[in-house]
Amino acid sequence: MNRSLILFFTGRLIRIVGLLMLLPLLVSAIYKENCFCDFLIVIILSLILGQALVQFFKPKDSIIYAREGFIIVALSWLICSALGALPFYISGEIATYTDAFFETVSGFTTTGASILTDIESMSKGLLFWRSFTHWIGGMGILVLIVALFPGVSDRSIHILKAEMPGPIMGKLLPRLKDTAKILYLIYLVLTVVEIILLLAGGMSLYDSVVHAFGTAGTGGFGIKSDSVAGYSPYIQWVITIFMLVFGVNFNLYFLLLRKRFGDALRSGEFLCYFGIITVSVGVITANIASMYPTIGESFRHGAFQVASIISTTGYATTDFDLWPSLSKAVLLILMFTGACAGSTAGGLKISRVMILFKSAKRELSKLLHPRSVGAVKFEGKALDNTTLANVRNYFSLYMFCLFGLFLLISFEPMSLETNFTAVISCFNNVGPGFGGVGPVMSYALYTPFTKWVLSFAMLLGRLEIFPLLLALAPATWRKSK
Amino acid sequence: MRIIIVGCGKIGTTMLSSLVDEGHDVIAIDDDPLALQKISDIYDIMCLYGNGADSDILLEADVKEADLFAAVTGSDELNMLSCFLAKRMGAKHTICRIRNPEYNDQSLSFLRQQLELSLSINPELLAAKEIFNILKLPGALNIETFSRRSFEMIELKLREDSPLVGIPLSGLRQKYKASFLVGVVRRATEIHIPDGNFVLQAGDHIGITAPSSEGERFFKMLGMLKKQARNVMILGGSHTAYYLAKMLLSIGTRVIIVEKDHARCKEFSEELHGAVIIEGDGSAQEVLLEEGLSSMDAFVALTGMDEENILISIFATAQKVPQVITKINRGALNSMASGLGLDCIISPRKIISDRVCQYVRALQSSDGGEMETLYTLMNDKVEALEFIVSESFPHKNVPLKDLSLKHNILIAGIIRGRKTLLPAGDDCIMANDHVIILAKEQRVTSLMDIFK
Repeated sequence: MNRSLILFFTGRLIRIVGLLMLLPLLVSAIYKENCFCDFLIVIILSLILGQALVQFFKPKDSIIYAREGFIIVALSWLICSALGALPFYISGEIATYTDAFFETVSGFTTTGASILTDIESMSKGLLFWRSFTHWIGGMGILVLIVALFPGVSDRSIHILKAEMPGPIMGKLLPRLKDTAKILYLIYLVLTVVEIILLLAGGMSLYDSVVHAFGTAGTGGFGIKSDSVAGYSPYIQWVITIFMLVFGVNFNLYFLLLRKRFGDALRSGEFLCYFGIITVSVGVITANIASMYPTIGESFRHGAFQVASIISTTGYATTDFDLWPSLSKAVLLILMFTGACAGSTAGGLKISRVMILFKSAKRELSKLLHPRSVGAVKFEGKALDNTTLANVRNYFSLYMFCLFGLFLLISFEPMSLETNFTAVISCFNNVGPGFGGVGPVMSYALYTPFTKWVLSFAMLLGRLEIFPLLLALAPATWRKSK
Repeated sequence: MRIIIVGCGKIGTTMLSSLVDEGHDVIAIDDDPLALQKISDIYDIMCLYGNGADSDILLEADVKEADLFAAVTGSDELNMLSCFLAKRMGAKHTICRIRNPEYNDQSLSFLRQQLELSLSINPELLAAKEIFNILKLPGALNIETFSRRSFEMIELKLREDSPLVGIPLSGLRQKYKASFLVGVVRRATEIHIPDGNFVLQAGDHIGITAPSSEGERFFKMLGMLKKQARNVMILGGSHTAYYLAKMLLSIGTRVIIVEKDHARCKEFSEELHGAVIIEGDGSAQEVLLEEGLSSMDAFVALTGMDEENILISIFATAQKVPQVITKINRGALNSMASGLGLDCIISPRKIISDRVCQYVRALQSSDGGEMETLYTLMNDKVEALEFIVSESFPHKNVPLKDLSLKHNILIAGIIRGRKTLLPAGDDCIMANDHVIILAKEQRVTSLMDIFK
């Protein structure tokens, strides 16, 4: 274990978090809010701390092995959340540190679960920071560092592998750095396009930026207590489309940039994603048709909620907790599947679901024809056993974690539905659940213990379990003899 | 530059590792997913899984944007086909590994022309040439020649009785009036580019540059000149062994080749007239002793197994064979072997990466002059480079003492027409000169890089 390397990297990261806070600092300066000073304090603090770590822990050996990669990612996310929570806490707008931490983790992991009950009274700078954490967390903080800093390490691939969601990590360009840059560029361009489209719909600049951040990271922090229900249908449609857009594997956009349209459209994961959305929207629209005056409106609500849940964003245009069971069941399943790998969304990821399904089908046919030979193919290529085993093991681990977390928060005197969907929603980085944590409710009612558990659940889900579990395992930290 | 490499075996991996170090964008194609997995964990490159001669894969690798395409799989035919396709699809330059002796005769130039290859490399042939050079001048550990064979870079180890020991370098030249220049010294792990006050010690590895005609005189002066090896035993019937035997036979050396595979022995006996082919296991000491190992002038271990080569070379050294040459492919074993007392090590790996880096840097360099040769010495810490000075070179006709060179750079030789110069302060660099540069721990791509 190369401790100085890990601390060195962490130092860099803390500096970056400090620098990123300059943006909300600017916003609070524009609106002349008190939180300006709070941001300033945290920025100075993190710059000093980060600089100190970078100065004192120059690693002798800068090779990042898989183990260091996992630890760096896990630690970085914990530290980012801890630091990011400070402005909320220092300003006093969120009373306890537990709540501030929950809110920030929810931001960075792009969950969007909130403990705020009176959002409109918060200062604009803090709300901006809250949404900005979505944007940073969506693509990944360390991906940003890899993209921006020269000579990080040749083997930073292990960092990217640990931070980027999905079973298979593909490089777009020969160099990691260029890959990270192009990903961020696509991300940035798409975000800007959304801001422009929202502005065209008559939204104020501040609202557009905040909502674009929430959509891009597939987070879902709104700035109104009714989420986006109060905005015009045009704006709701723009957000619907962009939630879906950010749920698509970014490699596809790269292919489009390279004018390889055929390859992009042939992507099995994309077609499956598209299919699931179409069917879900169809079912829900039919199911809720009687609840709204026109079929158009039911369609809009159906599409919005499906997009919001499948991309694990968590915005809402209506209280879908009141919908019939069938619609709620569909949404619940979508929480599990999530969107495509290589996007900013959470959940299991469509590609994993597809691989699991195909592998189960293969098992069935193997029972029918015990001597048959066949391969599980994905995106036109046969998967090797390592990848298959990895996906299956990930799924079992995923289920175990879900059960464990569910048990841990079952001390709460809430209904089974509330507790269960709270865990599912946090673990899959969605945001709202059903019942007591439905779209118009918040997580404020939970005890501090449960909030810590749920914060942990969100981090587990965002980092896809392994890094965090590895960082917590005592064997990782034991000094090798 | 954007470089595509097909084949991630020993040669491919060596190439891509040195190219990544040089700062290029590398895409590797191989049909072994496990090999790719390993490589992608270590090097910052893009890996594509598939057949390098499949146009779909080449399309996916964006071959039309590639500045260089290198096919270095074990199969010559696959290499040629993929280079041909790559060239047709728009790759700017292609490098093809062609190792089969059948293709490496007169048909090679025809092939190169028809396939529009920029360069064909044959690691085995290059290794054989290097071994041949060493066998011609026994006592040297390594000999590299610069263009037109007019200058040589000779590496050797100083023994205690060597007359060079104990005198400052400035005194050496006056004392011996021999025209040579001690360009680089390795003492234990430290590497020095020495100045006039440097005093050599016994045990130092030194690299000297000298005009080729002076090399023999130099060795005579050192009292190290031995007769050219007349009896050579080669272990292992590889392609390298074939090329080497052929060269040795052409100058009338007696060659014994020990190989355990019957079919290979038969092949060799048909193609190599005059060589004695022994079918037997070279790791069995009796076989070697029976064939007169102890009376050999030189022993060359060329089997495919590094470990076997090392062990048998140690055995041969113990049998007092005057010159033992060991082929070692893996870099890590290289330094271990020198720790075991094997000084003369040939590494096809290094030869290839030198050749490819030279080619790639020559593609890049434009100002000041073209790069002609590149060798790495002393565990890759020092580079010896040869440039052809262009008309546009700004410092021409300026005496060397007035030029300010970077630290750890030495101008080690100038070739002007048929003349060879060991540069002194009053010499100038002129257009169309070939200049030989030694650079320690830095990367030189053009002649301008050596000036402050």
